[in-house]
Amino acid sequence: MLADKDRIFTNIYGFQDKSVAGAKSRGLWDGTRKILELGPEGICDVMKKSGLRGRGGAGFATGLKWTFMPKEVKDRPHYLVVNADESEPGTCKDREIMRNDPHHLIEGCLIASFAMRAHTAYIYIRGEFVREREALQKAIDECYDAKLIGKNNVHGWDFDLYLHHGAGAYICGEETALLESFEGKKGMPRMKPPFPANMGIYGCPTTVNNVESIAVAPTIMRRGAEWFAGIGRANNTGTKLFQISGHVNKPCVVEEALGIPMRELIEKYAGGVRGGWDNLQAVIPGGASCPMIPKSVCDDVIMDFDALKAVNSSLGTAAVIVMDKSADLVRVVSRYAYFYKHESCGQCTPCREGTGWMWRVMERLRTGDARVEEIDQLWEVGKQCEGHTICGLGDAAPWPIQGLIRHFRPELERRIHERQARKVAAE
Amino acid sequence: MSLRRLAPPEIQPASFAFNDANEKRVVREISKYPPGRQASAVISLLWIGQEQEGWVSHPMIEVVGKRLDMAFIRVLEVATFYTMFNLHPVGKYHLQVCTTPPCLLRNSDEIVKVCEKHIGKAQMTPTADGMLSWTEVECLGACTNAPVFQVGSDFYEDLDGPIMEKLIEAFRKGQPMKPGPQQGRTGSEPAGGPNTLIDPSLYTKKPETA
Repeated sequence: MLADKDRIFTNIYGFQDKSVAGAKSRGLWDGTRKILELGPEGICDVMKKSGLRGRGGAGFATGLKWTFMPKEVKDRPHYLVVNADESEPGTCKDREIMRNDPHHLIEGCLIASFAMRAHTAYIYIRGEFVREREALQKAIDECYDAKLIGKNNVHGWDFDLYLHHGAGAYICGEETALLESFEGKKGMPRMKPPFPANMGIYGCPTTVNNVESIAVAPTIMRRGAEWFAGIGRANNTGTKLFQISGHVNKPCVVEEALGIPMRELIEKYAGGVRGGWDNLQAVIPGGASCPMIPKSVCDDVIMDFDALKAVNSSLGTAAVIVMDKSADLVRVVSRYAYFYKHESCGQCTPCREGTGWMWRVMERLRTGDARVEEIDQLWEVGKQCEGHTICGLGDAAPWPIQGLIRHFRPELERRIHERQARKVAAE
Repeated sequence: MSLRRLAPPEIQPASFAFNDANEKRVVREISKYPPGRQASAVISLLWIGQEQEGWVSHPMIEVVGKRLDMAFIRVLEVATFYTMFNLHPVGKYHLQVCTTPPCLLRNSDEIVKVCEKHIGKAQMTPTADGMLSWTEVECLGACTNAPVFQVGSDFYEDLDGPIMEKLIEAFRKGQPMKPGPQQGRTGSEPAGGPNTLIDPSLYTKKPETA
């Protein structure tokens, strides 16, 4: 179990003072100037050594991403854009950082921007988070007043931080859709290359990072790469905000070490599965797009990138959605299919048409009105959708369905046979 | 994708203008972006307009377009793409009920039922007194406090049927209850109090730095 002194977000529940003074008393904004004295390369080195992998779902090495930016600023300014468009079902960690512990994020923005030679950063926050936006803006204003950021600030690196908000589009959490949306367009993903580090917002070099990835940076810089890398195991280091929702006794957000066993996470922090561990049916370990895993896998799987990948799922954003034996898994997956249909931007045909088609088949599987062959067809069509779209939404949409078919195919067939039998009996 | 169209001409207002307070907000929003990049402010301007009028109208789109030097169609496609923009009038309190699986698993069905009973079967349709309307939305991002719904700027969390009845009654009277979790929590900590971040030394001395 992670000791309290090793937790990064010490005000994640908002019980402590949220002001600059409060944040300083918890160790933030301490020696920030000294961190900047390491220089951009020095900072990137520490971040690389820490082994931090992006906390937004894809798990790409954060330090490495920062080094993709051009080494010199030429005619185009550099930008940092923080992705706070948290909309993946199950995910609710960035909200807590922004409303309760915003100084981690603000200080992180300064350090990351400096490391990428950017004087301006934008935080793209989802439109629904109005109170979070207000809380974060208040904290930013305080930092300007205290000269921690802004022109001629005490850290010697001119830095402006602005909030930008969306208006309810899941797709804008995708890196390039976010950039399009930021420029005042529909959130339709762009083709890559060119990559954002070369052509991001306004055609300028841009790096997009998740809120949590940026917010952990100041503590890593202060406590050292070795400290962070010493938590968890190789390639899966550090602490992580886990969000446990669904059929548990005490749903909550908690910071723990990567690699904590799933069972321990659920039982120790979330009060256990409703009706006890044996009442567990399946878990979606990382948010909507992570395929579900059945209880037999949950029994001894640990919560990190590689372990969950090995069981055909993924850590995603570490949004653990627990489903006990009373849950209608087919309905849950069908609802996810509807979610993807609703949130597809409509740009690529396989996704625009495929998500709707998959939802309609899922609805018939839910009621048992489909044919058994359609389960295979659904699998095949999902595979055709994957990899044939500009962005990852087309890839992710079939994953929850594949998880269901992989582990619960007998349940799907049972529904079809029972419905068929009822029809025959009625005739 | 969802198919979204502007309200029919007969209910569109004749004109739109930002009021004085919102005009200041508009200026601040536009100032966030480099010169010539004012189009970045389109979502915030439409949002400010919607906060003022309750919904996004045809004249509002024209005003925003002129203000940002954008073609009408460019603003129109933004207004129809982003689902938080109400393209038709809604109730004074417009309840956006999340029904995505984390909420579904914690019985958002019951919340929907209460809305159907007390507001009406049809979504996006205001009650006769104009006070209430409701709609289903996708994940609101407060999953550990499910089920949830949003009204204006606020989230109402940790709901159940009886609580929902009380909340709706209060909205109908024009006296909204306190937002946030409704069953004793203050945020996303486990019910009954957290079992982490309880080491008092965290808050009495500066944490060690390496």
